[in-house]
Amino acid sequence: MAIGNLQAVAESGAFLVTSEIGPPKGADPDAVRKAARVMKGCVDAVNLTDNQTAVVRISSVAAAVLVQQEGVEAVVQMTVRDRNRIALQSDVLGLAALGIKNVVCMSGDHPCNGNHPAAKPVYDLDSITWLQTVVQMTRDGKFQCGEEMKKKPELFVGAVENPFAPPYEYRPIRLGKKVDAGARYIQTQCAFDLDYLRRFMADVVKLGLHEQVKILVGITPMKSAKMARHMQTNVPGLQVPEAVCRRMEAAADPKEEGLAIAVETIHAVREIPGVAGIHLMPVMWEDVVPLVVERAGLLPRPTVEIATTA
Amino acid sequence: MGNALEWIGSKLYTGLVWFEYCAKHPIFGCRLCGTCKLHDLGLTCPMTCPKQLRNGPCGGVRANGHCEVKPEMECRWVRIERRARKYWPKSWWHPRHINPPVRWDLQATSSWLNYLYNVDKHKEEYEEIKAKQQ
Repeated sequence: MAIGNLQAVAESGAFLVTSEIGPPKGADPDAVRKAARVMKGCVDAVNLTDNQTAVVRISSVAAAVLVQQEGVEAVVQMTVRDRNRIALQSDVLGLAALGIKNVVCMSGDHPCNGNHPAAKPVYDLDSITWLQTVVQMTRDGKFQCGEEMKKKPELFVGAVENPFAPPYEYRPIRLGKKVDAGARYIQTQCAFDLDYLRRFMADVVKLGLHEQVKILVGITPMKSAKMARHMQTNVPGLQVPEAVCRRMEAAADPKEEGLAIAVETIHAVREIPGVAGIHLMPVMWEDVVPLVVERAGLLPRPTVEIATTA
Repeated sequence: MGNALEWIGSKLYTGLVWFEYCAKHPIFGCRLCGTCKLHDLGLTCPMTCPKQLRNGPCGGVRANGHCEVKPEMECRWVRIERRARKYWPKSWWHPRHINPPVRWDLQATSSWLNYLYNVDKHKEEYEEIKAKQQ
């Protein structure tokens, strides 16, 4: 029985589309609400980032509640950077009680590049043991210590992976660890260089992991040539080919070109065996999501009836 | 079997912890986590990773295989994977085994004694690995 819309669409076998909203650096709920309204109807669920790039923002749980009030299903990202196992588990209970259906577990950007570089990086658990903990809570109703709880949270639990960073041979095995830990879906880092992705997916298919987990490939539509260059040189863990940067620089309308590249990437990604969906990461450019989804031919989104477990 | 933790506070125990630190810190950068994984992970300490990741690299590894936080340092997991794959006996390197989270209550205790007396529960871990391999 599906817990929420994302799981229902995933189990129906349809090609998945998720997107992402970065909560604002201030107590303004309207920015989140507006972004959610833009994405309503064109995605299956929306991720809320957890203080991305280690910059303080509205908490991902609070933003998820705002998004769900607008009628869009939320996926709460939870990093192990800022909270120890007690706070993390407490937040999982809290968000489940607030009616959130999906959680994604990850390690999170180190505070060194954020706006509080002197902060203590917690990393009490790592992304995989944290994932294991959430799965143990939702499946067995047990805390990390082994103690049982009264009512277990019902959540569709996912994780992330980056096929574009070394050690390349180890990445599929690490994905295997996440599958073993109980992840049901994986969202990847932004894909620009598809050769890396093809090699990664070939290994994933060889290990049979694509049958156990839904893999959603990250897509970022670029707004300008400057952004492409920035992502190429300053963001570790991303592979932006020189050809893509040149194309952005040569374009008369960079926004239109960025959109075209994103749509082309989606078409190419759909051809790769084992890919089950896309995860759109529009950085500060939420308005582009409906355009990308429409031009990629992924509308209308499937409506699947969710069986209530009550 | 006795409990190695009962000796905490005795001079001999403190001396042993000091000795362990002096032996392992200059070479491996030991942080005295108390649950040593050097022997499982290609003689590379995962606690020297800025995120102290025990189950694989984060997503921020630079294209040259170096750390996103300390650009001059090779990613601990790039090193673990390379060393273990090249030099480690197959019976020791279990790339898909999930290492349990660090037990912070064992910090600054002797990992050698914790291993000897199975305080770190490594025996259960090895049984789990064996069961998976069958």
